[in-house]
Amino acid sequence: MKVFNKLLRSIGSSVLAFCSSVGRIVIFALNAILHLVRPPFYGREVLSQLMQIGFYSLPVVGLTALFTGAALALQIYSGGVRFSAESVVPSIVAIGMVRELGPVLGGLMVAGRVSSSIAAELGTMRVTEQLDALVTLSTDPMKYLVAPRVLAATIAMPILVAVGDTIGILGGYLVGTGRLGFNSNNYLQNTVDFMELEDITSGLAKAAVFGFIIALMGCYHGYNSGRGAQGVGKATINAVVSASVMILAANYVLTEAFF
Amino acid sequence: MITVQNLHKKFAANTVLNGIDMQIEKGQSMAIIGGSGTGKSVLLKCILGLETHDSGKIFINGEESSKLDKNKFLSNFGMLFQNAALFDSLSVWKNVAFRLTQGPNKIPEKQAKDIAIEKLRRVGLTPDVGDKFPAELSGGMQKRVGLARAIAANPEIIFFDEPTTGLDPIMSGVINELIREIVVEMGATAMTITHDMSSVRAIADKVIMLHNGRVQWSGDIKELEKSQNPYLNQFLKGNAEGPIEAVR
Ligand SMILES: Nc1ncnc2c1ncn2[C@@H]1O[C@H](COP(=O)(O)OP(=O)(O)OP(=O)(O)O)[C@@H](O)[C@H]1O
Ligand SMILES: [Mg+2]
Repeated sequence: MKVFNKLLRSIGSSVLAFCSSVGRIVIFALNAILHLVRPPFYGREVLSQLMQIGFYSLPVVGLTALFTGAALALQIYSGGVRFSAESVVPSIVAIGMVRELGPVLGGLMVAGRVSSSIAAELGTMRVTEQLDALVTLSTDPMKYLVAPRVLAATIAMPILVAVGDTIGILGGYLVGTGRLGFNSNNYLQNTVDFMELEDITSGLAKAAVFGFIIALMGCYHGYNSGRGAQGVGKATINAVVSASVMILAANYVLTEAFF
Repeated sequence: MITVQNLHKKFAANTVLNGIDMQIEKGQSMAIIGGSGTGKSVLLKCILGLETHDSGKIFINGEESSKLDKNKFLSNFGMLFQNAALFDSLSVWKNVAFRLTQGPNKIPEKQAKDIAIEKLRRVGLTPDVGDKFPAELSGGMQKRVGLARAIAANPEIIFFDEPTTGLDPIMSGVINELIREIVVEMGATAMTITHDMSSVRAIADKVIMLHNGRVQWSGDIKELEKSQNPYLNQFLKGNAEGPIEAVR
C-alpha cells in the first residue's frame, strides 16, 4: 500500500510538473511572438542570427539530405523490384524527401546544432548575470535575444530544407543513375512529373514550424537556466531533447493536417 | 530618493533579508557594508526588481516599485555588477556604449565610440582596450569596463557592487575618486557595496551595515568611527572575536 501511494504521488507530481512547464512554454512563446510585432525591432540581431542559424547549418543539413536521399533510392528500389515497380523510385524519393524526410531529419539535425547552442549561450548569460545587465541597460532580453532568434530560425529552416530537399533528390539521382541503371533523363523527368506543389509547400510549412520550435526550446531552456555550469549543461540537454520530441510530435500533427 | 520598508526575501529555506529598512536621499552616496553572504547584492537586485521580494515595500521617488514605470526609471539608471557581467559577444567599447547605441535615443556609432573611449579613460583604461573582447581582459580590467558601462549615459541613480574589489591600491584610489566625482559633480544618487573601508571613507555620505538580514547599524560617515555598536566595531577592526560569529 505504501509503495502504491508513493508511486501514485510521484506520477501525480510529474504530471503536474509537465502541465506547468507546458503552460510556461506557451506563455514564453506568446511573449516572444508579441515582442516580434512590437517595436523596437533589432534588425541587425535578426540578420546575424540568420547567418548563425541558417547559413552555418547548411553543411549539416546538406550532408544529411545527400545520404538520406541516396539510401532512400536503394531501399525503395529493393521494395519496388518485388512487384516490378522499380520505375517509382525517382518520384517516391522526391516525394518522400520533400514531404517528410527533408523537414524532419533537417529539423532534428538543426535542433542538435542550434537549440543546444542557443540554450548554452542564453544559459551562460543568465548564469553570469548578463541577462540582468541587459535589463539594467533598458533592453528587454526577450526582445533583444529571444525574438530575433525565433524569427531567424523560422525564416531559415524552410530555406535550409528547400536546399536539403534538392540535395537529397540529387543523392537519389546519383544512386539511381550510378548504381541502379536508371537513365539520367528519365530519372529527372520522373522526379518532376509526379511532384505536386502541395508536396513542396507542406514540407516547407513543416520546416517553418520546426524552426520556431528549435529556437523557442533553445531560448526557453537557456533563459530559465539553473545556476552554475551544471545548470547550463542541463538547459542544453533539455533544449535538444524537448525540441527533438516536439518536432516529431508536431510532424505527425501537421502530416495529419495536410493529409 | 529610494526607501525600503521591512523588506523580506528568502531562497527556499535560506532567509536572506529579514526586515530591511533604509532610505537614501537624492544626490546622496550610501555605502553598504556587511559580511560576505549577508544579502547585500540581493538587496540591490530586489530594489531593481531583478529578484522578487517576499514582503515589504520599496519606493523610488515616492512611487511604489510595483506601480513604477520601469522603463523610465531604468533610463536614468546604471549598475556595476559584482562580477562585471560584460556581454562577451561584444567588444569592450560596444559594451560601454551599449545603452547609447540601442533604443529610441540612440546616437551614431562613431559618436558612441568616442564617448565609450572617454569613459574608459576615466576608469584608467587606454583606448586600445576598446577593441578587445571582455574575455581578453583581467578581472580588474573587466570590473572597470563594467564601471564605465554603468556611467556611460550619465545616470542619475547608480548602484555599484564592489567597485574596487580586485583592483590594486592605486587603481582603487582612482575609482573611489571617480565615484565621488560622479556624485558631487553630476549630482547622482549612488549606492555602493564594498568591503573596502578606505573606499567607504572616500565615497560615502551615509553608511549602513547589514547583518543577519537586518540593518545592524546605519548613520552618517562622521559617526562611523565614534560608534559604540559592537557589530560595527568588530567589522571595522576586522576582529575574529566579537558578536559576529566567524565559523572556522
Ligand atoms: N539566486 C539565488 N538562489 C539561491 N540563493 C541565493 C541566490 N542569490 C543569492 N543567494 C543566497 O543569498 C545569500 C546572500 O547572497 P548575496 O550575493 O546577496 O551576498 P553578499 O552580501 O553580496 O555577499 P558578498 O559580499 O560575498 O558578495 C547567500 O547566502 C546566497 O547563497
Ligand atoms: Mg555580493
